[in-house]
Amino acid sequence: MDALRPRLLTRFLLPLGLFALLAVVLTIGIFRSKDKGIIVSPLLGKPAPQFALPDLLVPGRTVRTEELKGRWYLLNVWGTWCGECRAEHDMLLRARASGLVPLIGMDWKDDDQQAQAWLRQLGNPYETVVADRSGRAAIDWGVYGAPETFLVNPQGVIVYKHIGALDEQTWTREIVPRVTSGAASKS
Amino acid sequence: MLPELGHFALILALLLAGLQAFFGIGGPLVKRTRWSAAVTPALAGQTVMVVTAVACLMHAFITNDFSVRYVAENSNSALPLFYRVTALWGAHEGSLLLWILLLALWSVAVALRAASLPVSFAARVLGVLGLVSFGFLLFTLATSNPFLRLDPPAPDGRDLNPILQDPGLAVHPPILYTGYVGFAVAFAFAGAAMLEGRLDQAWARWTRPWTTWAWAFLTCGIALGSFWAYYELGWGGFWFWDPVENASFMPWLVGTALVHSLAVTDKRGLFKSWTLLLAILAFSLSMLGTFLVRSGVLVSVHSFAADPSRGMFILIFLCLMIGGALSLYAWRAPLLKSQAGFELGARESFLLFNNVLLVIAAATVFAGTLAPLISDALNLGTVSVGPPYFNPTFMLSMLPLTALLSVGIHANWKRGRLSDSQRTLLLTLVAALVLACGLTFGIYRGGAVLTPVGETLGIWIILSSLVDPVDRWRRGLSLPRAVLGMTVAHIGLGIAVIGLTTVQSFTLERDIALSPGESARVGSYTLRFEGIKRVEGPNYDGVGGTFVVTRGNKPVAVMMPQKRQFWVQRQAISETAIRLDHGNNLLLALGEDVGAGRWSVRVQIRPLVSLVWLAALIMAIGGTLAATDRRYRTSVATAAAKAGSALPEKA
Repeated sequence: MDALRPRLLTRFLLPLGLFALLAVVLTIGIFRSKDKGIIVSPLLGKPAPQFALPDLLVPGRTVRTEELKGRWYLLNVWGTWCGECRAEHDMLLRARASGLVPLIGMDWKDDDQQAQAWLRQLGNPYETVVADRSGRAAIDWGVYGAPETFLVNPQGVIVYKHIGALDEQTWTREIVPRVTSGAASKS
Repeated sequence: MLPELGHFALILALLLAGLQAFFGIGGPLVKRTRWSAAVTPALAGQTVMVVTAVACLMHAFITNDFSVRYVAENSNSALPLFYRVTALWGAHEGSLLLWILLLALWSVAVALRAASLPVSFAARVLGVLGLVSFGFLLFTLATSNPFLRLDPPAPDGRDLNPILQDPGLAVHPPILYTGYVGFAVAFAFAGAAMLEGRLDQAWARWTRPWTTWAWAFLTCGIALGSFWAYYELGWGGFWFWDPVENASFMPWLVGTALVHSLAVTDKRGLFKSWTLLLAILAFSLSMLGTFLVRSGVLVSVHSFAADPSRGMFILIFLCLMIGGALSLYAWRAPLLKSQAGFELGARESFLLFNNVLLVIAAATVFAGTLAPLISDALNLGTVSVGPPYFNPTFMLSMLPLTALLSVGIHANWKRGRLSDSQRTLLLTLVAALVLACGLTFGIYRGGAVLTPVGETLGIWIILSSLVDPVDRWRRGLSLPRAVLGMTVAHIGLGIAVIGLTTVQSFTLERDIALSPGESARVGSYTLRFEGIKRVEGPNYDGVGGTFVVTRGNKPVAVMMPQKRQFWVQRQAISETAIRLDHGNNLLLALGEDVGAGRWSVRVQIRPLVSLVWLAALIMAIGGTLAATDRRYRTSVATAAAKAGSALPEKA
């Protein structure tokens, strides 16, 4: 009986051993998924998608992604139909007042008149607003729901994406450090 | 105020679950039998607190309280009341709360029937369940609190994901989770038996009905999910071998093995350590499924928002629970000895084959699901594993399983002579072969090599399952519910095999573009496109196409697939039109406006696909019948009395 013991024990230890192996794989998996940027957007680290869209406020002007290159900018996707966009508006105005990084608005699937009225009433936080009437450009940018905000560096690469209303915390913790450290490393 | 109350109730529930685990497991450990008296009150308190928390969150959803972050992220004031209620489990935090609620309800059910169990054993079972509850409550409070507030409150919510705005969502997750969580009971029974260091036939008899109930719920839940994916997502299929689907399928396969292995332990006192291992595995795979779906380590079509901190938490929890259970297993299982033996052709051998094949099937699914993860961890690059891997490997273990089933149910316990039933087996096999050939070549004309094989096996299962009940009925013998349930479930499996074989062999899929007035022929059906019109719903608008379907010259149906644009999330969802005709499942999904008034439309004709879901329902009914057998109600009391003497009873 006692001679049998060790052999028996190895057999019963096998499931535990296999599980330990699995746990190692899963741990590696978790750390890898962190590297992947939690799959916030497959566009992170990739060049900003190209668009050529009409300017909402300057009739006849077309804005292209290439024209925006060469400096940091925040691309904010919004629409007058979107309740949370109203909620983040004050934050956007404060962001503009800080003068840290220019805001480019992407007015998504919206009525031009309503959008212009909205900006007149609430104040315009944007340097430029493009009108994505069909929603095609937003699809290229991988927008899931408004509001969404993308931070693009001077090389035209998306370095950060925020889903939902932009808040003070995201601004000070995620956006300001990226822009200022990027500027410092350049000079 | 109410959200804070809900948050507080959740904290109290955590503490009570901790007490439940402490008194339940600790009491018998330090030989304080009186401690067990505290277990049930702790469970009752925990349940009341969990119910309170769920009620508070539901109130926030119903009253559109967008100051609660979870509500603001998953609801909207334009959302109909029904979906505001189901939105509760529409995302990670709330579905976790649902999981906890169901676990509490299962625990209460066990506690209500615990009177027939030895006191210390019941305490241990509830203690283990308390430990599981504790882990999930801690996880919720630490990483996924649904009661967090937004300051300032959102003016309106981001709306429930449009894919989830469907009656299917109302029933699929609760039923699926009931199945998942139900395996926690078998796990707890296994844990208690290992802590006690004793496992007899009475143990198997207590565990059996719980396991069968959980299995029936899981069967139903998986089928509902498959049905929902078929008609709502419009991807054109009923099973995609997606990680999330696999996460529910692996516990089902192991759970099926467990149901059968428990039968052997119950009737013959064999397979003890194997049954224990399966009980641990079934629930471990349920928890692993939760981990895979929510941690973001695997990319899936319907995964929850990924968060590595959550992943780390669940992983640590998994290591403690599963690692603990398997360590206990390695320590205690060698002590369990089975004296009885059996011959090769006996029923025990067939059930052993069943178990081995089901576990192999689960292992192949497991390997395929984790392959991307493993290859990534070993820096072998990303691989993607799909149906070309899953379909053949899964069939490899399922073909012998279904073939052996028909023989196995006619085998006797212990004795290995099959000669008694040889004639019946041959007769049913020949009948099945004839019917299958008729179906394959007569009705559907052609098919792959394996088509007649699959059909034969499916029909054979049904015929040979019917032999014994028909025989009993003709001789005027009673049919116990357990046998009836087994028969019904096996017939369900036979129907599933027939349905799966047919649909895999004869599916037609076509993408066509039509302008109004044009017709197209797909298979034996003709479609005429009448035109497009606008549709509007409570929180969406969109377009609907009208198609007149005819077969021969007879009208079959007018089908109106829609494409809906949801206002808040601006997501386009295809609302497919589905019609059943002569066993064929017709599916139309409206595509895009391809210009010049032409619209693309996806047409799919899947013969007998409905049988697959029907079969799952039949299997679940079979499980329910078997789980409510009188044997478990009456014999539990006597078994408990015998168990007090600690002598394993002989069947």
